[in-house]
Amino acid sequence: MRATGKARPLFDPPLLWRALRDALVRLNPAYQLRNPVMFVTEVVALVTLLLFALAVLGRGEASAGFTFAVSAGLWLTVYFANIAEALAEGRGKAQAESLRASRREVVAKLLPAGDRRAAPQPVPGTALRAGQVVLVEAGDTIPGDGEIVEGIASVNESAITGESAPVIRESGGDRSSVTGGTRVLSDWIVVRITANAGETFLDRMIALVEGARRRKTPNEIALHILLVALTLVFLVVVATLRPFSAYAATVAGQGVPVTLTALAALLVCLIPTTIGGLLSAIGIAGMDRMIQANVIATSGRAVEAAGDVDVLLLDKTGTITLGNRQAAAFLPAAGVSPRELADAAQLASLSDETPEGRSIVVLAKERYALREREVHALGAQFVPFSAQSRMSGVDLDGRSIRKGAADAVEAWVREQGGILPPEVRSAVELVAQRGATPLVVADGARVLGVIELKDIVKGGIKERFAELRRMGIRTVMITGDNPLTAAAIAAEAGVDDFLAQATPETKLRLIRDQQAGGRLVAMTGDGTNDAPALAQADVAVAMNSGTQAAKEAGNLVDLDSNPTKLIEIVEIGKQILITRGALTTFSIANDVAKYFAIIPAVFAGTWPALGALDVMRLATPESAILSAVIFNALIIVALVPLALRGVRFRPMAAGALLRRNVLIYGLGGLVVPFLGIKAIDLLLVALHLV
Amino acid sequence: MNANGVLQIALYLVVLTACSRMLGRPIARALDGERSWLTRALGPLERLVYRLAGADPAREMTWMEYALAFLLFNAAGTIALYALLRVQGFLPLNPDLLPGLSPHLAFNTATSFATNTNWQSYGGETTISALGAMLGLTVQNFVSAAAGIAVLLALVRGIVRRSAGTIGNFWADLVRGSLYVLLPLSLLLAVALVSQGVVQTLAGSLDVPLLQPAADAQGQPVVSQRLALGPVASQIAIKQLGTNGGGYYNVNSAHPFENPTPLSNFLELLAILLIPAALCFSFGHWVKEVRQGWALYAAMLVLLGLFLALAAWSEAQPNPGLAGLGVDEAAAAGNPGGNMEGKEVRFGIAGSATWAAATTAASNGSVNSMHDSFNPLGGLAAMTLMAPGEVAFGGVGSGLYGMLLFVIVTVFISGLMVGRTPEYLGKKIESYETKMAALGILVSPIAALVGTAVAVSTAAGAAGVANPGPHGFSEILYAFLSAANNNGSAFAGLSANAPFYDTALGLCMLFGRYFIVVPVLAIAGSLAAKKFVPPSTGTLPTHTPLFVTLLVGVVLIVGALNFVPAFALGPIVEQLQLVSAGH
Repeated sequence: MRATGKARPLFDPPLLWRALRDALVRLNPAYQLRNPVMFVTEVVALVTLLLFALAVLGRGEASAGFTFAVSAGLWLTVYFANIAEALAEGRGKAQAESLRASRREVVAKLLPAGDRRAAPQPVPGTALRAGQVVLVEAGDTIPGDGEIVEGIASVNESAITGESAPVIRESGGDRSSVTGGTRVLSDWIVVRITANAGETFLDRMIALVEGARRRKTPNEIALHILLVALTLVFLVVVATLRPFSAYAATVAGQGVPVTLTALAALLVCLIPTTIGGLLSAIGIAGMDRMIQANVIATSGRAVEAAGDVDVLLLDKTGTITLGNRQAAAFLPAAGVSPRELADAAQLASLSDETPEGRSIVVLAKERYALREREVHALGAQFVPFSAQSRMSGVDLDGRSIRKGAADAVEAWVREQGGILPPEVRSAVELVAQRGATPLVVADGARVLGVIELKDIVKGGIKERFAELRRMGIRTVMITGDNPLTAAAIAAEAGVDDFLAQATPETKLRLIRDQQAGGRLVAMTGDGTNDAPALAQADVAVAMNSGTQAAKEAGNLVDLDSNPTKLIEIVEIGKQILITRGALTTFSIANDVAKYFAIIPAVFAGTWPALGALDVMRLATPESAILSAVIFNALIIVALVPLALRGVRFRPMAAGALLRRNVLIYGLGGLVVPFLGIKAIDLLLVALHLV
Repeated sequence: MNANGVLQIALYLVVLTACSRMLGRPIARALDGERSWLTRALGPLERLVYRLAGADPAREMTWMEYALAFLLFNAAGTIALYALLRVQGFLPLNPDLLPGLSPHLAFNTATSFATNTNWQSYGGETTISALGAMLGLTVQNFVSAAAGIAVLLALVRGIVRRSAGTIGNFWADLVRGSLYVLLPLSLLLAVALVSQGVVQTLAGSLDVPLLQPAADAQGQPVVSQRLALGPVASQIAIKQLGTNGGGYYNVNSAHPFENPTPLSNFLELLAILLIPAALCFSFGHWVKEVRQGWALYAAMLVLLGLFLALAAWSEAQPNPGLAGLGVDEAAAAGNPGGNMEGKEVRFGIAGSATWAAATTAASNGSVNSMHDSFNPLGGLAAMTLMAPGEVAFGGVGSGLYGMLLFVIVTVFISGLMVGRTPEYLGKKIESYETKMAALGILVSPIAALVGTAVAVSTAAGAAGVANPGPHGFSEILYAFLSAANNNGSAFAGLSANAPFYDTALGLCMLFGRYFIVVPVLAIAGSLAAKKFVPPSTGTLPTHTPLFVTLLVGVVLIVGALNFVPAFALGPIVEQLQLVSAGH
């Protein structure tokens, strides 16, 4: 996915060719019906074509050449709008094709009895139903989405995530889901299929990127209604202009009523074709940007809701802090030198391959120049961490060095007749208060001191939260830590609030409380126990590495399984809305200039005095009308990159954002067409076309 | 325009702002039914009305019930008024023995008063009896204004209430609006006007000998004049305060018995905009954010100011038709200068232009000068103020709810530009609200345009036009703008009392009122049912100068731009022709 989706140029030549071709097919009026503004444009274009035919037969109101030019301009308007949409969809289609390539015909090893005792039967993967159980061995492609019921295997998921490093999948726990189309590299697993063929994750992704099942989002529908209403009123404006001008011609005793060709041109210039033509492209391109961020949305509604989010619930581990804690200080007991403590701690950690253990070895080396030693060379015996002892350590030369949680080490020391000295106990409490984790180190019955393990807050995360705050989004940190620890980390990371000792129930309650207060809540989750909260949240991002239950409860799936992605998702959601609003403003503001171009032109014969309104000093009435029509068509093309890429979004408060966008798109929308129409008029004159 | 004129206009705007700011909160509290000295005085009357009507003021209504009550009340009022006008000849309090009205005129007049339009196809003192004026027109002057307030109240409740199914009780809102807002203010104004010499009597007409005998068209000497009298002050007070505008006399507030002095002119002018302006501040009180009220007031004031300036400037220019006739049109001490055709000398340019702007900004429609005689751009100013649906102050209640429709559209477009589903005062604006707001905004332009198109293409329509050319077109356009936006002022020059115009304009008034009221109530119902979204820095602020600018822009671009082609064929070309003829 990532390999195919990344950094595709906006106008990839093959994609462009295909879009130009697809756009022709979309001229079918039945297709245009979905978009009333462009449908009206096409009907009007058809009418001008008829007028042209009449003009050729010598029965037209306006000259054949002029009618043809206007008609061509109107058809181009529709065609350009089609190109925008086809281009946006084409990018998705190219991705869908590369996805489809990974979905080859698979023979599944069906286990009829549901376990490994019976011999597997070969069946085509396309015939699998939910609930059936299959065996997948090394080298096999997993035939469908499912849950591992038995076994463990390394799986290559690059077909979905674009990440070629294999991942471990095993039964039970939060790593039990597998996706159809991925490949088992080693070992075997027994999988219970959870999705019927044709409804799998891969199928959904393909349909999604193709835009085949795209439905209009709520804001898109509301905007459509507004555009249709404007179109209706402009229809009336233009329709009544005919009797108005007939009356004017009668009383003036000169001139003729406005020609139908000119009315057609005026209508298409006035109705919001710019936003109408680009509206669906904006939506599709927005989904496409999500996909490029490696996020799959199950509905456009979720993408749009992301822009509205008021509260972000973020898991502490992995999102706000690095996934693991690191040793930050050695706090020796009375009568123990720091170096002695560091030495013992390093010895105890030499064989401890956890990140925490590695960080202790590194800290001892950095602080006291204690070089790493080879455990086997020392003849030491490593005592691994176990759930019972809750300690790890090393036995060497009759010494038993242990490190672990304070209560576990205290119990162990007491067993051997020692005690936990009071200054160590207070050091333990102090460390806990600072939001760090204390590990006590003991050598036999003698307690040497405390290692402080700290959560490391990710670099730059505080600035991200400040940005979010400026955008009016509150961040809430979710953690299983005690309130003291949580408060310390929350303060360091700069989140607005935290939920300590979180359980699935308290998470769910927090979401409901926020929603009851009218706020929209977004969260990420991966475990099965996250599923209820994910289902309740308005924007729920499930990690692709998570369980099937979590993925089904979420409305977005992050293929990178990166919890920080939520922030990016919010920005993409906002960007889609801003792009729509900006282009609507631009489109409506354009009408002012078009009135100034067309009104003096159409009444030139009846009331020459109205020429004073022609502030652009356009060459002739025909060139004025043509220039407006051509501008109206070309502006769609000019704005295609903006529609596909989205308006540049910088996190800032709503008031500042509005000022910026109104200046660019509102004021720009007033000024640009004056310049554009004049330029086109000059060009038409220079080319002797009018 | 001389300094004196500018000073008059500035004084007017300052006094208007101060008075409306002061009245905003008391009006809001009175409409909420809060106890005060007023409720102690008029409470028994309020309860008596409920008992007589069999209404329970505490019963909450859904938006559909509310709309039904509104429509039934209006239908009953229209039919009763129609009947009264038809048979007034057989009824008492008709000292001048005026006959009943023709069916089309009665339809037009009844519709006109029930919709708060108060378009006068009838001839005032020479058509309607004292009974018709008091029991018919004045009653509708009160209740049509109070009904507008009621609809606004319902919309405000929609905004303020959270997850609610109802939007108040129409009967309670109607009665409270009439008794606690319109009645006391009218009484006050009526007394003030009587002090200035506005007549108030039940006596019939008076024959007075002329000081300077004159000759009539046949050359016969005329020695006396018949002066119509009546309960004028009381009707004028509510006519101004309730944005009604249907005067007692045919020449409306230009008549010396309706508007005798510069002070009475100032008071009546103030009364035109007073309640619509004060309701902005009431709105701020209701939504518990005074600055939101200021923002709406500011947007309205900017719109008024723009076109008041245009009208005042235009009228300060000499009348090109009088050029070369030796008329002194230059401003000097003792001469306001400018185009004084059709204006009363006691009001001058500033008093007339301000009135023209205020009466078309509000859906008042009373006049103290002949808009028909304005320079073309002065007429354009008046028409542009009506075109977006009377939202720069507009009618009592209706102006503000009309403006709130534009607010919804503005919030929708600008809300998208900040990347959120648009919200206004904590309520999400979604497709249903957008649909209803678009419907409410677009009905009156469509009615005005279609009406004008029919009029200019039919013989019946063209027959009413006295002035051919662009001016005649302006007259027709003005009439339909006035009717479709429930304004009621006339450009004059158009013979509107004919079956075609009476009927067509009557229909426009119906469209312009009820096709806006029903969508507004639907929005009220939909908003009331929504949850409240607490504001954050990500929420679009709707009280800033930027938002006010945007709102004004949307009103002009969505509301008034539709009329650019029509204006081009009327006032604009007329002005351009005058200018080029002058050179």
